[in-house]
Amino acid sequence: MDYYQDIINKLKQYWGKRGVILQEPYDVEVGAGTMCPETFLRVLGPQPYRVGYVQPSRRPADGRYGDNPNRLYKHQQYQLILKPSPDDIIDQYLASLEAIGIDLDKHDIKLEEDNWESPTLGAWGIGWQVMLDGLEITQFTYFQQCGGIDLEVVPVELTYGLERIAAFLQGKDSVYDIEWAPGFTYRDVRYDDELQMSVYNFEMAGIDTLWKLFDLHEAECRRLLDAYPEYPEKKRFPVLGAYDHVLKCSHLFNLLDARGAISVTERVGVIARVRKLAVGTARIWLDQQAGGEVAA
Amino acid sequence: MAKDFLLEIGAEEIPDWMLPPALQQLRERFEAVLKDHGLPGEVAWVEATPRRLALKASGLPLKQKSRTEVLTGPPVAAGERAAEGFARRHGVDPGQLKAVQTPKGEYLTLKKKIPGRRTIDILAEELPRIILQIHWPKTMYWTGKNGPRFIRPIRWLVALLGAQVVPFEIAGVKSGRTSAGHRRLGKPKVRVTIAGYQEELERNYVLVPASRRRRRIEAGIAALLEGSGLRVKEDPALLETLVYLTEYPTPILGSFDEAFLELPMEVLVTVMRHHQRYFSVLNADGTLAPRFIAVMNTADDPEGLVRRGNERVLRARFNDARFFWNFDQRRKLADRVDDLAHVTFQKELGSYLDKARRMVAIVESLGGDEHACRAARLAKCDLTTEMVGEFPELQGIIGGLYARAQGEPEPVAQAIYDHYKPVTMDDEIPSTHEGRLVALADKLDTLRECFRIGLVPSGSKDPFALRRAAQGVVRILVEGGLRFRIPELAGGDEKLIEFFDDRIRYYFREVRAFAYDEVNAVLAAGADDLPDAAERLAAIRDVRPTENFEPIAASFKRIKNILRQAGYAGDDEVAPEMLMEPQERELYDAFRRVRAEVEQHRGRGAYRAGLQAIAALRPRVDSFFDHVLVNAPDQRLRRNRLALLANLLKEFSSIADFSEIVTTRS
Repeated sequence: MDYYQDIINKLKQYWGKRGVILQEPYDVEVGAGTMCPETFLRVLGPQPYRVGYVQPSRRPADGRYGDNPNRLYKHQQYQLILKPSPDDIIDQYLASLEAIGIDLDKHDIKLEEDNWESPTLGAWGIGWQVMLDGLEITQFTYFQQCGGIDLEVVPVELTYGLERIAAFLQGKDSVYDIEWAPGFTYRDVRYDDELQMSVYNFEMAGIDTLWKLFDLHEAECRRLLDAYPEYPEKKRFPVLGAYDHVLKCSHLFNLLDARGAISVTERVGVIARVRKLAVGTARIWLDQQAGGEVAA
Repeated sequence: MAKDFLLEIGAEEIPDWMLPPALQQLRERFEAVLKDHGLPGEVAWVEATPRRLALKASGLPLKQKSRTEVLTGPPVAAGERAAEGFARRHGVDPGQLKAVQTPKGEYLTLKKKIPGRRTIDILAEELPRIILQIHWPKTMYWTGKNGPRFIRPIRWLVALLGAQVVPFEIAGVKSGRTSAGHRRLGKPKVRVTIAGYQEELERNYVLVPASRRRRRIEAGIAALLEGSGLRVKEDPALLETLVYLTEYPTPILGSFDEAFLELPMEVLVTVMRHHQRYFSVLNADGTLAPRFIAVMNTADDPEGLVRRGNERVLRARFNDARFFWNFDQRRKLADRVDDLAHVTFQKELGSYLDKARRMVAIVESLGGDEHACRAARLAKCDLTTEMVGEFPELQGIIGGLYARAQGEPEPVAQAIYDHYKPVTMDDEIPSTHEGRLVALADKLDTLRECFRIGLVPSGSKDPFALRRAAQGVVRILVEGGLRFRIPELAGGDEKLIEFFDDRIRYYFREVRAFAYDEVNAVLAAGADDLPDAAERLAAIRDVRPTENFEPIAASFKRIKNILRQAGYAGDDEVAPEMLMEPQERELYDAFRRVRAEVEQHRGRGAYRAGLQAIAALRPRVDSFFDHVLVNAPDQRLRRNRLALLANLLKEFSSIADFSEIVTTRS
């Protein structure tokens, strides 16, 4: 039997051999691997790119105090971007499942319609959820738009749900029983994180402080974006710095939401604020990549 | 010699529900192309699996027929230069032009032979258009920003006219004779011929006809349950989904822990159906068995791995549901009413708390008792629960189940449970009086409020499902025997009353299958009390085939015409002493007798008897018209006769306006 970390290593190896850059996780809180600059920004513009990384993804509202065998505040995704998407991508993907030990001749695979959309990122794509014996193991998306911009080259995004795949391969009913490494289960490694962060997210996070932080990050991002048109040497402009603040805002929004601090009416407005920053950043990044000829 | 034609569009997995409408379009567009080019031939079949749309046609010629066209050139009077120019443009000698006399003068014409084009060339030109013009709910591009759009990437194309490939290209994919088998069980490249197409693919684990896949699922399920005493919970919509979600479907039987049967059946079935696409399995007594049927897209499961995988997933799902159930019990529905202030009903219409208050007021105005009012107050509270957050399709039902578990009186719980009903045309109306009142209040509130701010459905646009809401109201009134008056229910809103009128006619005609003239006749005699209208309709349908009915209806129409032509709008009493002819006296006597009789029948709701009594007037009416001159020279006599007819029409139009009946005689 493969340990959790073996499965991850095999996935990395498989895609590494196919010319994919093996990146490490991004170090700012994100709700999904899509939000990392390696995906959100790299899919824009004409340059080909191929990258894969494990991304711990935080979804405060999904926390269950470590009680629920299938739901996690922070789960791990293996995120893969192939830009442009190869014609035989589905075959390559299915072969990756075999590479981590799933004998597809003995299982049932279905691709069921599931189009992905992120209003905060101004992004959407067309695709499927991949079902293995009735279990959703991967989100498969052909990106169409990102940061409100129609993509020039169509990338494919594969997001493997690592805990689910590992539980499936190891025959465990609870993610906490997954054997991560010899002598260590997922529970040993992560339980405290799930319990404590659920307490924080649902019960103790300071609402006023979070709103203040949100406003500060938004203002900082805004200040940077506004400075771009006048900035003399476009190549040096810290658009990546601005984007980190977008991510901070997005995560703070999720926290406030989990805390029940955002009413339904406010919700739409706050999403629009984050989206505006994301769209602004995407435009500037694209302009900068193109040599900074057109000011955003 | 006539040729067969085969087209197969190979794509990545297309959403199941889009396939049947796409096939219909493919067929229509192909037929239109044949017609436009004057090509004989017909579509033999269209079929689809998730990875392919296929069409077979037969009887196509190798080329179009040649035809001659007469082209009109310049007038003869324009001179030789013009004639030479015209001839040169068409590559002929001026000597071949012929002068023809037309109403506008003498013109030069040319008879030109247009050779028929080869069918293969026409198809090569048209097929890319046919394929890319299929309309999909949501399309994508995959080769780049300005590339073609389709529902999913096109990966191969088969196009054969007889043995020949019809050459064309879409998104870099060239047409050929190579298809693909099942992703796992078949060969990735399968060479096909028109005659052997379906067989060749079946050898590669693709059942092309949907009917074959449907049969395989049904037979598989029957075999799994044979002798077990269990039966599948019929679900035609789920079956269609699975037919179009698979290329080689095989059902398997799984089971789950009986302990989960403590959860309500509604929750278990929803998890299985909506979230896992499993069929539920029932015991002989109709209760849920701890089993399910999943349909794989593969040939078999010899080691039971797929079954165990599905069982594990279902266990996790059921555990979630149990978690939500227990979590939600921490706060009763009654304690959640104020939380509704944070749930938006509609931007301009405020929160669900506002809606709940309006619903209570409506229920009160309809004479609802304490239970009905409480149900209206609590009906929307389940929107704040985890269970409904996870399974939105169970709203209402969850509220009812929670109310019962939390010790609310049974009529309250049942009314909450039922208040979204009827959800579909086939769905039943709420089972209790309280439930009907709450369901009415919910729908009426949505209708009134949306109409008030101008959110009125137009064409195919009906985002708040107002048609369904109004249809629900009509059904609850008719089938629940509730005699609330439509204008009052509509709050006096003229547009809404009109909207209801539409739904009422639709209901009686399309759902209850009454003839349109019967519906017109009955509604013309009163449309406010719907159960009453339904009874009158049923009576008309019964009495209509009897011998006197249509003739009397024709006579009533004649009476209406006579009164209209005479400009008679009075409501004079008939003066018996002025009835001169025996036939008019007899009619008058009969009228008085039948009026009393009809009055009595109507009072008891015995509409059939009432209608029969009216129809029995026929001989008197006929002999009246045979012997009595309505337009008598004596104006007083004339007026008296018109009064007789007017009374007849008025008194006997209260069940149905007979003059609306379309008769063969009129």
